[in-house]
Order: sequence, then C-alpha cells, then structure tokens
Amino acid sequence: MALLEVDHLDIRFPLRHDEIRAVRDVSFALERGERLGIVGESGAGKSVLAFSLLKLLSRPGYIAGGRVRFEGRELTTLSDRQLRRIRGNRVAMIFQDPLTTLNPTLTIGRQMIESLKAHRRISERRARAIALHKLRQVQVSSPEQRFEQYPHQLSGGLCQRVVIAIALLLDPDIIIADEPTTALDVTIQAEIIALLTQLCGKHNVGLIVISHDLCVIGQLTQRLLVMYAGRIVEQGPTREIINDAQHPYTQGLINALPQMTLPRQRLAQIPGNMPSLARVPDGCAFHPRCRYRFTPQGRLRQACVERVPEAVSSGGSRVACHWVRELITTVPIEEEAI
Amino acid sequence: MNPTDSLQTLGRAADVPAPLVRVRGLHKRFALHPERLLPWRFDKRRRAWRRQRIHAVNGVDLDIQRGDALCVVGESGCGKSTLARLIMGLLTASDGEVSYDGQRVDRLDAKQWRPFRRRMQMIFQNPHSSLNPRLTMRQTLEEPIRFHHPDWPRSKIRHRADALMADVGVDIGWGERFAHELSGGQRQRIAIARALSVEPEFIVADEPVSALDVSVQAQIMNLLMDAQAERRLTYLFITHDLAVVEHFATQVAVMYRGTICELADADTLFAQPRHPYTRALLAASPRLEDSDTEPLRLSDEDPPPIETSSGCVFRERCPHVNARCQREMPAALVTRDGHRVACHAVEEGRVP
Repeated sequence: MALLEVDHLDIRFPLRHDEIRAVRDVSFALERGERLGIVGESGAGKSVLAFSLLKLLSRPGYIAGGRVRFEGRELTTLSDRQLRRIRGNRVAMIFQDPLTTLNPTLTIGRQMIESLKAHRRISERRARAIALHKLRQVQVSSPEQRFEQYPHQLSGGLCQRVVIAIALLLDPDIIIADEPTTALDVTIQAEIIALLTQLCGKHNVGLIVISHDLCVIGQLTQRLLVMYAGRIVEQGPTREIINDAQHPYTQGLINALPQMTLPRQRLAQIPGNMPSLARVPDGCAFHPRCRYRFTPQGRLRQACVERVPEAVSSGGSRVACHWVRELITTVPIEEEAI
Repeated sequence: MNPTDSLQTLGRAADVPAPLVRVRGLHKRFALHPERLLPWRFDKRRRAWRRQRIHAVNGVDLDIQRGDALCVVGESGCGKSTLARLIMGLLTASDGEVSYDGQRVDRLDAKQWRPFRRRMQMIFQNPHSSLNPRLTMRQTLEEPIRFHHPDWPRSKIRHRADALMADVGVDIGWGERFAHELSGGQRQRIAIARALSVEPEFIVADEPVSALDVSVQAQIMNLLMDAQAERRLTYLFITHDLAVVEHFATQVAVMYRGTICELADADTLFAQPRHPYTRALLAASPRLEDSDTEPLRLSDEDPPPIETSSGCVFRERCPHVNARCQREMPAALVTRDGHRVACHAVEEGRVP
C-alpha cells in the first residue's frame, strides 16, 4: 500500500453562473521516501491539487469527487478536528516565500516551540532541545543564537532553512513544498535542493514538490506529474520524461527552455496561451495548441477534438494523448525495438 | 591612479567606435532611515547622529556598444535594477557619470531629458503594474507617440499603433481592452510595443521575462530578439536567470553587492568564468541534464550591504579569501580580449 493514494480527484469552484473545474480526474500515488514533482504553468491547477490533499481549499472550492487516502485512511471525509491531527503532524507544508510563512513578531525559537506544543504534550525544555536539534539537521549555523532572533534578522536562505526545520519538527511522513526555491537566489536554491534531497533520504520522508521550473524539478525529484488545464497529461520517472518526453505539451515545455536552443537563435515556442480553467476546450484540452492534432496527411484528428484522451503506457510513463496512443498501436513492436 | 583613465577603453581595441552608453565610477547610496528620526542614537549620554546608508551601486564602470545585448546578472539586492534606473535617469546618482552617445545625461532636468526619452526606453518586470489600468491598450500605445510627435495627425498616430500591435503579435481588436483583461504574456507584449512606439535605439529591460511561464517566456524572448534584428536595437537586459543570459546576451556583467565582479562577452564568460562568484553562480544554476556536480557551498554569512569599510565585497562568502581581500577593494583587471575581473585571488593566481 502506498503512503498516499489519490484516486480520480475532482475539485471545483462554483461561480455565480457556472463552475470552474480546477482539478479533473487526477490519480497518483506517493511511496515512503519518494520525491514527486508536479510541474505545470500558472493556472494548471497544481497548487490547488497540493492544498486539496489536506483539504486546505479556500472557499468556495470543494472536492467534488474522488478519494485521497493516507496510509489507507480516507481524508476527504474527515472532520476539521480529525484533520488537525494529520496536518503539520504527519503531513507538513513548505511555502514559497519564507518571510511570509514565518511570524514576524515571534523569535525563531518561540515559533518552533509553539508548533511542538500545539501538537504534543511536551515540556518547554524538551521542546527547546528538539527544536535546536532540527535546526542543526538543516545545517543552520550557530542555532542557539538564531533561536533568539526574529525572521527579519535572517537572510532569505536561512529563513527557508528554518521553515524546513519547522516542517520537520514533528517527524512528518510527507512534506508538501509549493515552489520552495522560487523566491531564493540561485546559489541558495542549489543548497536548499541538496538539503531537501538529503533529508528525504535520511528520514524516509515522502516529498511532493510543486514548481514551474523544470530544471529545479529535474534536480529534486524522482517521479514527475505534468499538469495542463487541471489534468495530468504525463506522469513517469523524472529523468525519462526530461530526456524523452512523450506528450506534445511536455515536449513543448522542454523545447521552449533557452538551454534547448543555440545562443541567439529563436526559441521553440508553443503557440497560443493556456486556456482559462473556466473555458477549457472540449476533447483534449491541449488540442488548439498542438501540432499533432493533424494527421501527416493534414486531416484533423477527430478524436483530439471530441474525446478526452485516456492515459496509455508509453515507455516508463503514462501519457494522455490520442496521437501517442495511435503511434503505439500502429507501429509494430519489432520496428520500435530497432 | 584615477580608475576612470585606466578604464578608458575597458580593454577593447582602440579602434572600437565610441560606446552608445558609457558609465564611469557610478555610485548610488540610499539612506537607511530617510525619515530622519531613527538614526538618532544616545552614545555615552550624548546625542549622536549616525547615518546609515545602503551602498546599492558601488563604483560601476560600463560601456555598451551599439548593437550589443548586455546582460547584467546577479542575485536579488545586488543593485542591478538600481543600475538600470540610474542609466535611464529614473534615479539620480550619488556620484559618477553616465553618458549617452557622447553626451552627459546624469545631471539633466526633465525638459533636457526629453530628446533622450525618444531614444532610450524601458521595459519593466511586471506588466501588470507598469501599464496604466485606466487606459485601453490603444490609448497606452498612442500616448507616447502623441507626446513625442505633437504635430502628427490623429490618423497617422492610429496607424502607427495598429502597426505596433501587429508587430508584437497582439490582435488589433484587443486595442479597446484594458490591462486587466489581458494575460501576463499579452500585457508584456503591449509593454514592449509601448517601448518601441517612439522608435528608440536603446532599450533597458528589467527582468522582462521573470514573471512569465516557460512557454510565454519563449514567445517574449523571440519577440525581443526579432525586434533587435529588425530595428537594430541595443539592449541592457537585467535578469537573474543564467539560462536566459546565456541565450540572449552578447556581453555579460556579473554584479555582486553593487560592484561588477566580472565582465566579458557571453561565450567567454560561460566557457571560462574566472571570478569565484561567477563560478559559484554557474555551478549553482540548475541544469536540465542530470548533474552530479555538488554546488559550491558559499558561506551563509550575508550581512546587509550597509556602507562598510574597505575590502572586497565578496569577502564574507568567498572560499579564496585572504588578508588582502579583507583590506583593499580589488580593482578591475582587464585582459587583452576585454575580459574584466575584479578579484585579488585571480590577479595573484590563487584561483586555478
């Protein structure tokens, strides 16, 4: 049994006249100690998906269908009180901007001791010892001194280390990190990536990282979900997807990176824009921007316009694309092996 | 020796034409407590006025040749945006000089600036806050044209705005919309069109693609490169993204704490980085390929850039630091190919 199982999850935001379907039919699993990435452009639904795992949806969002199971236990039907025992305790979160995550009016030490005391019956002295131990684990220099300092006295990188230490305080099984390095400078970003990788391995913590940056995700994760307009379009081992993407959208995302083109040459761009979640095209949501919506003979593939593609296995990944499906079924196996 | 003299040509061959933009010994200091209340301190029962200042730009020398795309790269707070604003005259320098096409521009008043405004334009990071929310896109584009060509008839202005929208790939029908009705990429296209509307020759772009998604970023970068080729533009491009720099730049300046620590043409800088900070930056920038190289761990100690005593600005975090680095600020060392490095360790051969 996987540590976390998400099954056909559907999240909607009702509006006055219609409904926005922010997450549609999303299924994935996370094992203990595994590092999973969710990548997609803004508006793809990746943050909503991550927050919904702990039912942290802002109103009027609600879970319209599907299941989220943590160690086999259904989370979607739990009450707020029951959820509180899991939030922070078993599943911790790291947010994008460390300075807004930390309370500016409390010292680092106070915030850490408070969160320990909120979840456990524990003496002040014991809490202090645990907090200092965690600060050392995330390689904060002179932790005793930092303990008495306020967030504004620390640099951004140091703050993010403190946030990670707070996430680790109660020895969680899963850490969900929403753009954990986006607000940081590159040299600090590299250190945080190394730290998260090392901590997950050492403590067997499952990590879910949300990012729009394929390079960061590539360094940090083992498995990858690519989201487009609320759906997972491709999922599989990170390396395999980056080296050999199957879905036209994933290919487009990777090819659009400046690294993929020679300096001073035009970049490969995906035409058009991501649709608003209120007006997702019928059929495959990506089809208006996809160059494979036409057959080699120039005819429009009816399936792309009419039906939502189901995920098919291709290599080590699962891809939701009519074109990939056609490729797999029409090309004989022997030919593919050559 | 006066550093201004030694850097007259900045290592370029003598027959290179005069640069379009020339910056010498530029300084900008910001008072930490402009409200003049907090800096009062009581020291041994005596009232003392202790003024603290942030040294955002600390002695920058820079030449931008016509047709170049000079990228300034550095971490947040290194002074790269301040440098851009100083060159554009949006901030007044504390010290030093900026010349544009041979003319001093750093002490001009608003009216004297006007002829230069047509020749140099700026694109900002966040198109949501740089576009006026109460103007339609057409009004946004027509306003600068009308201002700089008061004699033009309405139809000509309108025609120019249409042409601009077509150039940057915005549907002409969108002209009647307001900024909030457009996506981030489209807004940035309009911001670029507005900069192009007065036919400038020099554009300062401050993180123009940082707020955009990958696929939109590619579209905007293509647009900027096309505009450069078609209109023979010169760019000063501010960014923190090394992948963008490597793709876009012909010249790269690496900034740290208000000083330029290394400047070279793009190929040289990425192939042979010399300054320890540039090396750390290149090693840390995440690559798409699987890499086993450990990032160079720089020390965490990062005191705020409050005006301090002498010494190298990078000394707190540099792995090659010695007594001399603590004491004196390194001068720029220029090699024959124009590669400029300000580092004692490089000069003494302590860096391999």
